[in-house]
Amino acid sequence: MREGNEDGFAQVLRAEWTKLRTVRGWLIGLVVAAVLGTLLSIVSANGSHSGICVGSNPANTRCFAGHPAVPAGPGGQVVADTYELIHRSLDGNGAITARITSLAGIISEQNMNRASLTPQGRPGLVGWAKAGVIVTSSTKPGAPYAAVMATGGHGVRFQYDYSHDIAGTPGAVSPGNQRWLRLVRQGDALTAYDSTNVSSWHEIGSTTSTGLPNTVEIGLFVTSPVTYALSSQGNTTEAIARFDQVTVEGRTTTAVWQHTSVGGGNNFYPTLGFGSARLIGGTFVITGTGDIAPGVLAGMIAQNPATGQSIIGILVGLIVLIVIAAMFVAAEYRRRLIRTTFTAMPNRGRVLYAKAIVIFAVAGLTEAVAAAISIPVGRHLLISNGNYLFPIGALTTARDVFGSAILVALSAVAVLGLATILRRSSGAVAGGIALFVVPVILGATVTGSVGEWIYRLTPAAGLSVLDSAPSSPLVSYPYTIQNGYYPLGAWVSLIVPCCYAALALGAAAMLLRRRDA
Amino acid sequence: MSAGDTELTPTESYNDAMTDATIEMTGVRKRYGETVALDGMSFSVQPGRVTGFIGPNGAGKSTAMRVILGLDAPNEGTALVGGQPYRSLHRPLTHVGALLDADALQPSRSGRNHLLWMAQSQRISAGRVDEVIDMVGLTGAAKRKAGGYSLGMRQRLGIAAAMLGDPPIVMMDEPFNGIDPEGIIWMRGLLRSLAAEGRAILISSHLMSELEDVVDHVVVVGRGKVLADATIEELVARASHDTVTVRTDTPAEAVTAIQAAGGTAAITSTDCVEVAGLQPRLVVEILSAGRVSFSEVTSQRANLEDVYLQLTAGEAEFQAHSDARRRR
Repeated sequence: MREGNEDGFAQVLRAEWTKLRTVRGWLIGLVVAAVLGTLLSIVSANGSHSGICVGSNPANTRCFAGHPAVPAGPGGQVVADTYELIHRSLDGNGAITARITSLAGIISEQNMNRASLTPQGRPGLVGWAKAGVIVTSSTKPGAPYAAVMATGGHGVRFQYDYSHDIAGTPGAVSPGNQRWLRLVRQGDALTAYDSTNVSSWHEIGSTTSTGLPNTVEIGLFVTSPVTYALSSQGNTTEAIARFDQVTVEGRTTTAVWQHTSVGGGNNFYPTLGFGSARLIGGTFVITGTGDIAPGVLAGMIAQNPATGQSIIGILVGLIVLIVIAAMFVAAEYRRRLIRTTFTAMPNRGRVLYAKAIVIFAVAGLTEAVAAAISIPVGRHLLISNGNYLFPIGALTTARDVFGSAILVALSAVAVLGLATILRRSSGAVAGGIALFVVPVILGATVTGSVGEWIYRLTPAAGLSVLDSAPSSPLVSYPYTIQNGYYPLGAWVSLIVPCCYAALALGAAAMLLRRRDA
Repeated sequence: MSAGDTELTPTESYNDAMTDATIEMTGVRKRYGETVALDGMSFSVQPGRVTGFIGPNGAGKSTAMRVILGLDAPNEGTALVGGQPYRSLHRPLTHVGALLDADALQPSRSGRNHLLWMAQSQRISAGRVDEVIDMVGLTGAAKRKAGGYSLGMRQRLGIAAAMLGDPPIVMMDEPFNGIDPEGIIWMRGLLRSLAAEGRAILISSHLMSELEDVVDHVVVVGRGKVLADATIEELVARASHDTVTVRTDTPAEAVTAIQAAGGTAAITSTDCVEVAGLQPRLVVEILSAGRVSFSEVTSQRANLEDVYLQLTAGEAEFQAHSDARRRR
């Protein structure tokens, strides 16, 4: 061509950006989207209070803002650490061996919302009820430890420092099917064994990573976690274990066994009454309730979402942005301005992509600003209202800010494509809401696998990017959308709304080239 | 936009492209569903003159313009500007300036910002935007929302947009629509001066009277076809249906006398005879020689309007019939 300068995409982009920024109503809309999104998050955080009430009857009950203690594990992670412990102090090397002859349990018949101090129970042993031998640095909740245990449904396990788990001999414990458990401390190394006949021992595994001090507590423990099999609110449980043939090797500094309810008192983990321990002849009968596991406490005391930004805030901001994205194209069709556009810029695909980039950047920035304000302010309000929040790092905060921004930006791009296909803002707005807002609400309302699939297949999948509640295979918990758990990986989930946006934009580009303007 | 992008001054591009100041339409057919909008339309627009594009509403003028601008794709035939399809033009507004629809504005965007995005899309400087605003006399209103403009102001804004790239080809669809008399005079002056600069100008109208004083060349269209493509002089001469009206108390005698002299005449009312093919002076001589009394002899020269009406008469009849059919 004659021109010394190549025709650039940059000038199309610049023209489209000028178009957007020169309509005051749209700029006001962007501000409204950011303010509404932020305000709703702040209002919802401000209205969420948590408190503890103490007292034996309504007349002298005292309530105050705050939440029960949540222990931090050796790495600072949130842990559950509530159990019944029979222990002695051990200096240096040593070992403990015990035979567990029975493991049974009771499950509360009332869910945790209605639990009284003396709940009715019925027999039942939950899968992660634990009873075994333990070496722990102290009886303080969150202390480093290693333990070999029989479980209600997962056989013998060697676990240490809350999140590490190695399977031993499978099968349930019963009077006819007993287990010998042995834990040996040699220098820094802790080695776990189990046996079904005391003569042949099986090494389950060993670790040197727990970093226990020279003096440790060594002994027997029992605990039994909340089950969600009977109700979505959860039911507390307890386990009763019988141990005999208990031997401790090494230099023990306490002459008699001591009994400690670890994590008793002001601890978040719900328990079924109180534990107990008795020594009858050579047999220890220990009743325990609680858990030693990673802290999955979404249903217990934690707020959702952990970020402090409310999903409703994101959705309301998104609705405003959907309207702007639809108008950005449809208003040109309505006024036949699209002809002027294509006369000035005959490469229609370029115009569409320039518009998409502009709306992506503008919608993303709007949501990023809203999130960057909502998250710290929301968290601050929630915490000062006595709520417990999962500790999140700067990286998680950044992921939530950028993740929600990208999700909203992709939605706006898809609506832009839709508006180009339909050439009408009303249809594009309705379609945008049906595609990007309704599934979020629907998926969170419909229980079971339908809801999960909605959060996998529809653009609502992108909300998985906000998933910051911890989960663990060592804790049986309904990891559902209602409880703040999303079915996809954080960043991977954005591929789904990305596909929708690409599909809408691709169809729009194809139609634009074929259609008369 | 990076600082490295240079904004070309309009003058450079103008001189560059002036050699290509033509529009050529060849055998263009365009259907919208069952409706045939363009039925093998062919014509060309040459530089240095104003070409009128005239025809009744629905004749295909706007469609032809959209096809020229690459907005609508023809089913058959080609439309070229400066020898190229519009869609292949780089910085197209520096080649063709078009005003299709003065109402095609985002009402909440100011007139100046409307021109600004167009300028940016062509890498034309913001200085040129102010220049064209000044040229059309919108300086005072440029920063107001375009939604508040009168139709005349919107037309001026549309003309400013068409002139933004200082293009060698200017195309306007019904530019006189809604403009006040003062604006019409201004517009005629503008169109003449643009043509005098060597540009090719194509303006459409459904009224010949609007164009008569400004166009050099006329393309008359009807039902998607070109009915006439000629200069004003050719068109008037081709029609040459000059008539002479004779007012007389004895029309029958007047007809006999004229027919005897070799002319054609017909009684049009009780005291009027219309004579064709004879000069008024000759008619007076014949009547005087035949002793036919008359009170008045007037000459009626065919004007462009008559030619236009004759050309498009069949078209109008057809439309009336089809309208009648539809009503039933």
